[in-house]
Amino acid sequence: MKKYIHDFEIIENREINEGHFVLVVKLSEPLPPVFPGQFAEVKIEGSPNTFLRRPLSIHDVDYAANTISLLVQRKGDGTTHLGTFKPGDTLNMVYPLGNQFHIGSAGEKVLLVGGGCGVAPLLYLGKILAKNGIKVTTLMGARKGDQLMEPEQYQRNGELLITTEDGSEGTKGFVIHHEIWRERNFAFDRVYTCGPDAMMKAVARLAARNNVPCQVSLEQTMACGVGACLCCVVDTTTGHRCTCTDGPVFDASELKNWID
Amino acid sequence: MKPLLEVNIHKLLLKNPVMTASGTFGYGPEFEDFYDPSVLGGIVVKGTTGQLRQGNPYPRMAETPMGMLNAVGLQNKGVDGFIKDIYPKISHYNTHMIVNVSGSTVEEYIEVAEKINALEHIPAIELNISCPNVKEGGMAFGTSCPSAIAVTQAVREVYKKTLIVKLSPNVTNIAEMALAVEGAGADAVSVINTLLGMAIDAETRQPVLSTITGGLSGPAIKPVALRMVWQVSKAIKIPVIGLGGIMTATDAIEFLLAGATAVQIGTANFIDPAVGPKIIAGISDYLERHQIADVRSLIGGLRTS
Repeated sequence: MKKYIHDFEIIENREINEGHFVLVVKLSEPLPPVFPGQFAEVKIEGSPNTFLRRPLSIHDVDYAANTISLLVQRKGDGTTHLGTFKPGDTLNMVYPLGNQFHIGSAGEKVLLVGGGCGVAPLLYLGKILAKNGIKVTTLMGARKGDQLMEPEQYQRNGELLITTEDGSEGTKGFVIHHEIWRERNFAFDRVYTCGPDAMMKAVARLAARNNVPCQVSLEQTMACGVGACLCCVVDTTTGHRCTCTDGPVFDASELKNWID
Repeated sequence: MKPLLEVNIHKLLLKNPVMTASGTFGYGPEFEDFYDPSVLGGIVVKGTTGQLRQGNPYPRMAETPMGMLNAVGLQNKGVDGFIKDIYPKISHYNTHMIVNVSGSTVEEYIEVAEKINALEHIPAIELNISCPNVKEGGMAFGTSCPSAIAVTQAVREVYKKTLIVKLSPNVTNIAEMALAVEGAGADAVSVINTLLGMAIDAETRQPVLSTITGGLSGPAIKPVALRMVWQVSKAIKIPVIGLGGIMTATDAIEFLLAGATAVQIGTANFIDPAVGPKIIAGISDYLERHQIADVRSLIGGLRTS
């Protein structure tokens, strides 16, 4: 799939909770095809210690408006500075990068599991799945209720389940503690997950126990984003592979030591 | 009239002095969506060893102010994998495809160089005696004159085309190293490879890289690279290819003025994957602006009084 370097115009910078914001960026021409699971390498101008681009998940795509949404966590200098960008500012992106989530066939029931800002790629994924006649359930986990990432957005794609560590909203505990995982409740053909590694590993094991495939979207420190520098490797059953070009989506069974 | 951009590196006539550095441009196809790699003066592909290598464990990269550290450790398919899987995909490029040759032993360098010598569309190799990220070989060869001479001479005996040696900056006297490899039969030198550095996470009190130390690249090293190109170009007669932190055409011009005949773009490819043609165009604009007809007249044109 062809990659582009484009200047986007920021049309919205929406604070969604403490530590997270959504940027909506617009292209002045029709958007090229962008698939769920792909990411953009974003240049953060004006942050002196941010030398490299930042890889950010595609959160949503609106072809009618030629906009892409990015859900960003303020993590270091770069993302904190990105949070100060205002409508009208320019954002340079190299995109769309990486592979994509595999979409099954109509009639499937699938479970999307996101932890923290790891839900970022699951909004657009859920939208495309639903469009393909697949029944979507999104399970979103957060530390507490006010750290959820715009949960109402995911309800458009299907059922939404919530867990919070302090029990302030939904089921108390981690995503893996939700009753949906109990054998008598589990009725999914496929699991998709994105979030902290420990969470994704636990989810992948639960999926394996229920004998369904699990696709995971990895986050690694990156430089080029196009498979040239070989910095973002992950250990797989076939050796080191690049998260940026062979991923970011992998089947959990391909990853070494993920499923025992 | 458009200024002339052609330069010679030994037997190679480069259409312009801008090449891409090993390990920063893949093999070329990775960047085809951004521009046609054939517009470059040359492409130095990823370091190639005798056998397939998985490289070092993750994490292999740390961002630094105006630069980055890497500890990839020569992950590559091995010379046979290169010849079988990669060479057929890149041999059509209308530019000089140069293979960066690495190894742990002199025998391994010889093996790789001999096999690459047989490839019609590879007119040169860049001998990597300066990789800081492998336990054996690599930089160990490039930080002492006797071992640099030994590996260069051994490869020279089996390799008949243009032999470039990539020098390590992690030495006391780089001009001495350049003289040593020139005497051992090198046709050109690339100056410089990455500077040995490290990064620490103060919160966890752990090194950022799995290998603790790694190679620093990017604009942070440009002043060191310029100084070394200048010192080396004064000491030897063979051409110098300058690299280290070049992000813009102005940076490239500075290297030419310091004595480089050509330059390599490295880390800049990660920030702007379309930077190659911009640097070529920028050099041309500079020449026009200064009414210089031929880029060759810039080489070593530093004005000191």
